[in-house]
Amino acid sequence: MTREEPAFKIKNANFPLFVVHIHTTDFDKLKIELEKRLTQTPDFFSNAPIVLGLAAIAESGRTPNFASLVTFMLGLGMRVAGVAGGSPEQCEAAVQAGLGLFPDTPTRPLPQVAPDLDEPTPQSIRPLQPELPGFETPTEKPATGIQTGKDSPVDDITPPQSNPPATEPLFRPTMVIDKPVRTGQRIYAEGADLVVLAIVNAGAELIADGDIHIYAPMRGRAIAGAHGNQTARIFVQRLEAELISIAGCFQVFENGIPENVRGKPAHVHLDGSRLIFQSLPG
Amino acid sequence: MPKVIVVTSGKGGVGKTTTSASFSSGLALRGNKTVVIDFDVGLRNLDLIMGCERRVVYDIINVINGEVSLKQALIKDKNCDNLYILPASQTRDKDALNLEGVERILNELKESFDCIVCDSPAGIESGAFMAMYFADEALVVTNPEVSSVRDSDRILGILAAKSKRAVEGLEPVKEHLLVTRYSPDRVEAGEMLSVADIQEILRIPLLGVIPESESILQASNSGTPAIHLEKSDVAEAYRDVVARFMGEEVPMRFITPEKKGFFKRLLGGL
Repeated sequence: MTREEPAFKIKNANFPLFVVHIHTTDFDKLKIELEKRLTQTPDFFSNAPIVLGLAAIAESGRTPNFASLVTFMLGLGMRVAGVAGGSPEQCEAAVQAGLGLFPDTPTRPLPQVAPDLDEPTPQSIRPLQPELPGFETPTEKPATGIQTGKDSPVDDITPPQSNPPATEPLFRPTMVIDKPVRTGQRIYAEGADLVVLAIVNAGAELIADGDIHIYAPMRGRAIAGAHGNQTARIFVQRLEAELISIAGCFQVFENGIPENVRGKPAHVHLDGSRLIFQSLPG
Repeated sequence: MPKVIVVTSGKGGVGKTTTSASFSSGLALRGNKTVVIDFDVGLRNLDLIMGCERRVVYDIINVINGEVSLKQALIKDKNCDNLYILPASQTRDKDALNLEGVERILNELKESFDCIVCDSPAGIESGAFMAMYFADEALVVTNPEVSSVRDSDRILGILAAKSKRAVEGLEPVKEHLLVTRYSPDRVEAGEMLSVADIQEILRIPLLGVIPESESILQASNSGTPAIHLEKSDVAEAYRDVVARFMGEEVPMRFITPEKKGFFKRLLGGL
């Protein structure tokens, strides 16, 4: 018997996707604005699949005519692959129109003052986030590249961001922050390492999908390997952190940081499900 | 170039309004045409501390709503020729403020004033945001205790991310640390954070230290900004602050415990 190659394989893959968040139930106005924006940059989407974000209009009780909208958007080079965040009625209508349903991404309530349709932001579909205290799944990014919590306005240092790439790059450049990260600020290095050259104060939060390096006192929270990378590591010049987490394994320091690393240069990595703290030569 | 200076802190009760009153008076005493704006709409206090509460007829909300001109709402200070006060409304809330209105007022004030001091309300909500948004410089008022320092840290983060200068990518808001209610004796006893401790966390330049003093309460109650008090540490400290703000080099005072008595001074000198 000859072993035959199977005709197909099913594999899990992550692709970057654009989400067009719809902020209005005036669908004629939506079309006009889409056309206006897209005629300025006609090749912007070049047949890239996009997702319609319906969270902002989920409560409105109004459902767009998806068939007409999809055709219209195709004319602008946008191939609508599916919808996310809609109400059951909206989702049903989308399925009827041949669209897919993307898992609901946690969506922050859109502020009324938000500028209409910012530059589209690349977005990928990811596995679910391990639950952490005070940690919200960073799956949605506002256009400025800032993580925004659900209930607290967050004021982050805006990382420099280049135009959204059309395809997933082989690696993302390390994010480097050289200003103090203060209480209430949250920095997220998506798919990258994070290097901080200034103090991280209590109440500040650093999140990276890769490693985190802090070349200053670290008093806030550091969450490395935020999407499950168990080999992620955290390096700090002075460990005074409130919380350290790698790939969802976290530790708080209610009774103080272990003596051997407290206030010292330290290195944290994951051994199975245990965080290992090692001192580094100062 | 006229300057917009916000006096802010995050936490309430640390001395923002006291500082706004004395700082703006100090600027005016040095010949700067100065206006101080009370952004604490609904809880107006600045006019009380400046002793002009009986002269308030119109307020910032009337001006924003276009009901009166800026000139009609400005109150001339009783102590300084160069100083005017734009009071807050007592009967409205902070939602009555809006960025367009505030910007219009500030632009109009810039035509005739050198320094515009914005007395921010506590918190990080819209009132505080309105007060800080257009700032060129910020006086961050902090008490030597952890919660105040934490809140100041938060405010500094917001200034660095949400002010107009940050949003438009201009040169960042210039930050100054002002430590108030400082008691060197209690610092020495380990009951209070030291200036060094505070700076270790906040990491912004120190503009001055105002000692804890009973005379502040008297000054507030009598409607006289503390900087006008005779023979008072607080008045001298505020004058130092204004001098440093104007670019003069003045040594820091009131950060070490006062040496008491002849013998102690003698021994301390050895």
